[in-house]
This record gives sequence, C-alpha cells and structure tokens, in this order.
Amino acid sequence: MKYQNILANEPGKKEFLLGNEAIVRGALEAGLDFATTYPGTPSSEIGNVLFYIAKQAGVYFEFSTNEKVAMEASAAAAASGLRAMVFFKHVGLNVAADAFMSTAYVGTNGGLVIISADDPSMHSSQNEQDNRHYAMLSGMPMIEPSNAQEMKDYIKEAFEISEKLKLPVLFRTTTRVNHVRGIVEYGTLQNKRGKGYFHKNPSKYVPVPENSRRMHRELLEKIEKAREMSNKSPLNKVEWNYGEIGIITSGVAYNYVYDVAKQLGLKVNILKLAFTHPFPDKLVKDFISKHKKIIIAEELEPYLERETRVVAQMHNIDVEIYGKLNGYFPRAYEYNPDVIKDAFEKILNIKIERNAYEPKPMELPDRPPVLCSGCPHRATYYAAMMALKQLKIKDAIITSDIGCYTLGIQKPYEMADYLLCMGSSIGTAVGFSKATNQKVIGFVGDSTFFHAAIPGLIDAYHNKANLVYVILDNRTTAMTGHQPHPGLPMDGMGNPAPYVDIEKLVKGIGIDWVRTVDPYNVKETIQAFKDAIQHEGISVIISKRECALLWDARRRKQGEWWVYQINQDKCTQCGLCSDWLACVAIYKKKDETGKERVYINDALCDGCGVCATICPFNAIEKKVIK
Amino acid sequence: MSTNIVFAGVGGQGVLTASSIVGKAALLSGMNVVMSEVHGMAQRGGIVVTEMKIGDAKSPLVGKGEADIIVGFEPVEAYRVLWKAHPGAYVVVNTEPIIPITASLGNAEYPDVSKLIENMENLKVYPLEATELARKAGDSITTNIVILGALSKLPVFPLKRETLKEAIKESINPKYHELNFRAFELGFEAINP
Repeated sequence: MKYQNILANEPGKKEFLLGNEAIVRGALEAGLDFATTYPGTPSSEIGNVLFYIAKQAGVYFEFSTNEKVAMEASAAAAASGLRAMVFFKHVGLNVAADAFMSTAYVGTNGGLVIISADDPSMHSSQNEQDNRHYAMLSGMPMIEPSNAQEMKDYIKEAFEISEKLKLPVLFRTTTRVNHVRGIVEYGTLQNKRGKGYFHKNPSKYVPVPENSRRMHRELLEKIEKAREMSNKSPLNKVEWNYGEIGIITSGVAYNYVYDVAKQLGLKVNILKLAFTHPFPDKLVKDFISKHKKIIIAEELEPYLERETRVVAQMHNIDVEIYGKLNGYFPRAYEYNPDVIKDAFEKILNIKIERNAYEPKPMELPDRPPVLCSGCPHRATYYAAMMALKQLKIKDAIITSDIGCYTLGIQKPYEMADYLLCMGSSIGTAVGFSKATNQKVIGFVGDSTFFHAAIPGLIDAYHNKANLVYVILDNRTTAMTGHQPHPGLPMDGMGNPAPYVDIEKLVKGIGIDWVRTVDPYNVKETIQAFKDAIQHEGISVIISKRECALLWDARRRKQGEWWVYQINQDKCTQCGLCSDWLACVAIYKKKDETGKERVYINDALCDGCGVCATICPFNAIEKKVIK
Repeated sequence: MSTNIVFAGVGGQGVLTASSIVGKAALLSGMNVVMSEVHGMAQRGGIVVTEMKIGDAKSPLVGKGEADIIVGFEPVEAYRVLWKAHPGAYVVVNTEPIIPITASLGNAEYPDVSKLIENMENLKVYPLEATELARKAGDSITTNIVILGALSKLPVFPLKRETLKEAIKESINPKYHELNFRAFELGFEAINP
C-alpha cells in the first residue's frame, strides 16, 4: 500500500486497506485539520500514515510527548473551531484521562474525536481493559466500528455527532479492527478549515468550581440528547431474518456472529450496534420485546449486556438473556468464530460439527518474541549482566519499562523484575531504593523517557535515591514502528526540528554522575555499569546506539551487507556467544560426528559484530556479502 | 462461501507482505477479502500469523477446521497452525527451519524436518525449498515470493496467477520486479499438485 493512495481524490475507488489506514482516509473525508498521538499498538499505523501524508494533505500532525499532551493539544485545536483527532492505545487513555474527563465538561466547538485502540488478548499490552467504560465515566458518545469500511465511514459520523452535540466523541476500536485489512470504498474528500479562531469565553472553557457545577448539568442534558441520536442512528441496525432468536452485538464480534450464523444456516435476527453510548434504550427495548431469547455477543466486559438487562428490568420485559453474566460467554481474551460456536452450542443446545484436522502430537519448540539480531539492547543487557556477575551481586532489583527492551525479561538476561506502565521504571526504582537495601537498576527507552520518566527522575534526584538509571537511547520509538520523538531532529510531519539532548537534560536536573556509552563497545559498557553500581547516590547511563532495524535498512539501501560466521577450527564451544549473549542468529547443532557446534544463521545475522568482540578465541569472523 | 488461508512464519520472512499481496490480488479480481494480521512486539524472530478469507465472509479470523490452505514459511510454524485446517486441506511448507532461541539455548529441541512433514498425514502437503530457491533467484529476501509462486499453483487457490503477479508489481519497488518474478516462477515450477 502506497500511502499516497490514501489521498486519492477518486470517490468510488476501492483499496485493500488496514483498518488504521481507513481511519485516516475517513478523517480526510471529514475534513480533518489537526491530529495528535503518542504511538501505541494497535493504534500506531494511524500516525505512521499521517507522518507520510499530513504535509501534503494540509493537516497539522504531531507525535506528542505523551497521550495527555496529545489530548490537550487536540482539545485546544477543536476549541478553536478545527476538526481534531487524537488517538492512542487503550492504556494511553489512562495517561490522557485527566484531560479527557475535563474535555467532556468544557465540550468542544469543532469536531473532536478521540480514538481508543483496545487490545483484547493483549497481543502487545500489559492489560486488556475495556475502554467502553470511559464513555460511561466521562459521558461522551461512543462509536464502535466492526470492519475497515466502517472505520472510514464512522469516523466521519463521529465528527458530525461531535459538532452537533458540542461534545468530544470516543471512537472505540480493537486490535481485530485496527489490524484487519479489507476492501474500502472511498468517498469525497472534504475541504479543510485551515486555521481556527479561539473566541475567548472563560465561563465556557475554564472549569473552576463555579463553572464546572453548571457544566456537569449541561453535560447530563447533552447525554440525553445524544441518547435520542443513538436510538435513531443508522449506525445501529437490525438485520431481520425472521428468526426466533435475537442477537445483540457490536464491534468485531459482529463478524464472527455473522459468519457462524451463516455457516450453520441459523435464522437469527441481529441488532448490530455501533453507536453504543449513550445506550440506545428504546431501540433495544423494541428489539428484545420481539424475542423470547436474546444472545449478547461482545468482547471483554458485559457492557451491552448490563445495559440490556437494565432495559428489560425497567420495562418488565419477559425475555431470556444469554451473555457473560450467566456464564455463556467468556470475559477474557478476544473472540473468534469458535468462541461464538461454543456459546451457541450451550445456549441453543446443539452440536456443531467442526471437522478439524487433528495434528499428531509433537514437541514443538516455543518461539517467544525476542530482541532482534543486532539489537543494541541485547548488548546493553549483556554488559549489565556481566557487571553484576563480576561484582557478585545476585539480588539487584531491575525495574523495567514499556518498549522492545521489556523483552530483557527473558533468559539469560532476566533484566525485568517489576513493571507497571509507561515511565514506571523510575518511580518504582525510587520506591525500591528507599524500601530495601538491595541495588536497584532501572531501564527505560528514549521515547518512554520523554513520555513519562522525567518527573520520576526529578523525584529520584530531589529525594536522594540510590539507584542506577539506564536510558536505552536507540534513536527512535522502535517497538511501535520507528516514530520520531523529541530527542530527534525531526518532527511528526518530517520537518527538521530542534531536539532535546538527553545527557544535557539529565545534567540540567542536577545529576552529576552521567555517562554516555556505545553498547556495541561491550568492554566500555561493562565498566560503566560497574562504576555506576558502585557509585553511592543516583547514576545515569545513556546507552546510545541506533535501532538495528534502521541501520540495516540504510545499509541494504546502500548495497552494503556483511555477516559474521564462526570459524569452527577456532571455536571451543565455550558458550559465551550462544548462551550468554544469546543472539537470535546464533544456534547450536550437532555436526556429522555428533559433536555439538555453534553456528550463525546468515539469514538472521545483521552484522553488528558484538559476538565477535566478546569471543575470547577470536573465532567469529566477518564475511562481506556485498 | 469463502476460501480460507492461514499464513504462518517468523518475523522478518515477509509474511505480512506476502499475505497483503494476495489480498490485493483478490481486490484486483473483484472478490471480497478480509484479513487479519498481528503487529507489535518482536519485529524479527517472533511468530507471525495472518489469516485471510477470500469470498463471502466477514470474520477476520479463521476458526478451527476452517482453513483450506496453510502457507508455512517455516516448518515448525506451519505445524503449529495445522489445527486450523480441515482434513484434506492443502499445505505449502518451506523446509528450511529457523531455529528459535529456546532451541539454541538448549531448553527445547527443534524436531527433524522430515519427521514434521511425514507427520502431516491426511493433508495435501507440498514441501518446498523456498529459501534455497530464493537464494537461487538472487536473494533469500524473496523467500516469501517463491512461496506465493507455489501457492498460486494450488487448484483450490481462487486467484489467477497473472493477477497475483500484477499485485506483486503494485506492491514491490520496480527496481526489484525482475528478481521477484524470477523467485515467483521458481516457486511455481517447484511443486506439481
């Protein structure tokens, strides 16, 4: 997919788009002026697309320092009359929550859409919280799309709803909508408003208690107006198949219900909800009144189910409701066609033939996610591990953070003992350093450092904590797909930008012991760790080396490529590279005589050469490919 | 109904690119297609699975026993998703293993590839030296395209070979078209279903 295609002014054109790409298209069709984010899976590609096309599309776009800043910037743009969109992963909304809650009170002028990308099954998250609760908590209207086409179409609706009600709208997506590709038909691109104008009106925009008391009542009135809209919205539709059973569903679960019902030839009526908050009570009342049995299929929390049960109770409707609260559907993990089949079997008392192949049982080796070959974090962790070994420290507490480097949890490094959320590495390190006499080492990535660790580091300095803090500066936001951050000389639209020098920043706080190392220089890095660990007070190591994937891409482009290989005549199978550096490209295999030998997979080796520098026998040699 | 395909491999092998090319080809053929992919942690070295339905379907995930074709970019990863297939389904499988870190650290054993393939009974299995053929084409990076060449030869694959090549053309830098077409042909010639 060439990102430029998203800008094509060709109504009726069809493209095979990722849900997140379709969101961008929809926003452009809605005349998007302003967009902000902090990257987080499964929302990241929305920002990646905007990074490439925002300038050309005339949209202001930034990778904000964190979700709270992103929320605040977009709220201000919308208050100035622009159409603004802010997006992040579900836990990002926790970071933005303070600003988010107030935005519901002060309302908006131009359309303001907040996209929460939830991650059922936690494909790349620390929890699977259901952010539909945030709609109830804040009072904001909520839209739940179920496929790529709806991602595009409903984002336009969300802007319309927001401007009609002067309220921000929560656009709640999940991994299997964000990361689904489907065919999307384009509509017409709308003109932008360009620059906004902020009409000063403190009583409207400043929630001091006197104002916020009034604002809350206004919000409650808006919610009732929004409910009228959700009851009549074309986004909530009934698929009537003259069946006796009714199914209420929303989001991606609808697709599984649809396919399974079709496969089994079941005659069921489906109420597919997409405008789900405020809950369309009248619509649901009508629907459940016509059925004796209602099945509610929704991922994660029983939001639709609870609301439906309230409607049934309030209107004295005699109907059997099957959902999570009575144990027919699971509350954890994402759904799939089999979850729906399992529930149908129990509810409808039927047996569904699966005709599944049964593979002969075989022991298969696990393939956990690992640090990439050449990853500078591996070299840093190796150095930390060796320094601790040499100092004979066995019970150091390692606080970790959110990023690729969390994978340091794995053997042999075991460099993650405690983790809560973005930026927690430093606050928790302070806590451990005060609560115990153990050595404490915290690890944080560069982007995460800017995001949420700076206040913690100030706390550590001011409160005289005794700890080592390691900033893994790989010059990008790697895990989410290499977005720029404030430490780089480029902004979210690809323009040159002033950057923040991490070392100067740390020194500016007042911390004296700061050392910047290149982790590929293993000796120097081990020494830095030893010195830092032995230092009383706070010490900061900045381990600076560009993400290997970026380096690789550049070398491939330039047509330069080399790998390392093991000279079997010199190798003693000491295990330092295979068992302790444990690079993903290095493996052991028995040779024809049955002797176990160590090899490097040339398809995986990226030529960083760290293994060669640590080999005590000089047995690892460079081989130039081109 | 729909033709359901599961692609499985290791991060860095081009699984996402290959499956997107198939989806794009479905669009070019005027067919409906829905596909799910997993992004995020472990860009390289972790498991990558994409699931696809071509035809009349909405679900982006393939249920147990629903897969008509398994496309394995790596032997163990192919084996791991066989439960998604129905008996008699097609399997195209690259025979070159990528040894996971668990096996190289000695915490697990990588099974014998011929044993893996032998155990795939009651399926139509087409082993393929895809990585080797890709090297022959000029670069092991084209392994995914070799596999697409083989996939296009399966009788149940619903898209035309030429459409698939058209989608490759639209998805890959023109500088590498020749290399990739060479890889595609080598894959196509390598199996005879």
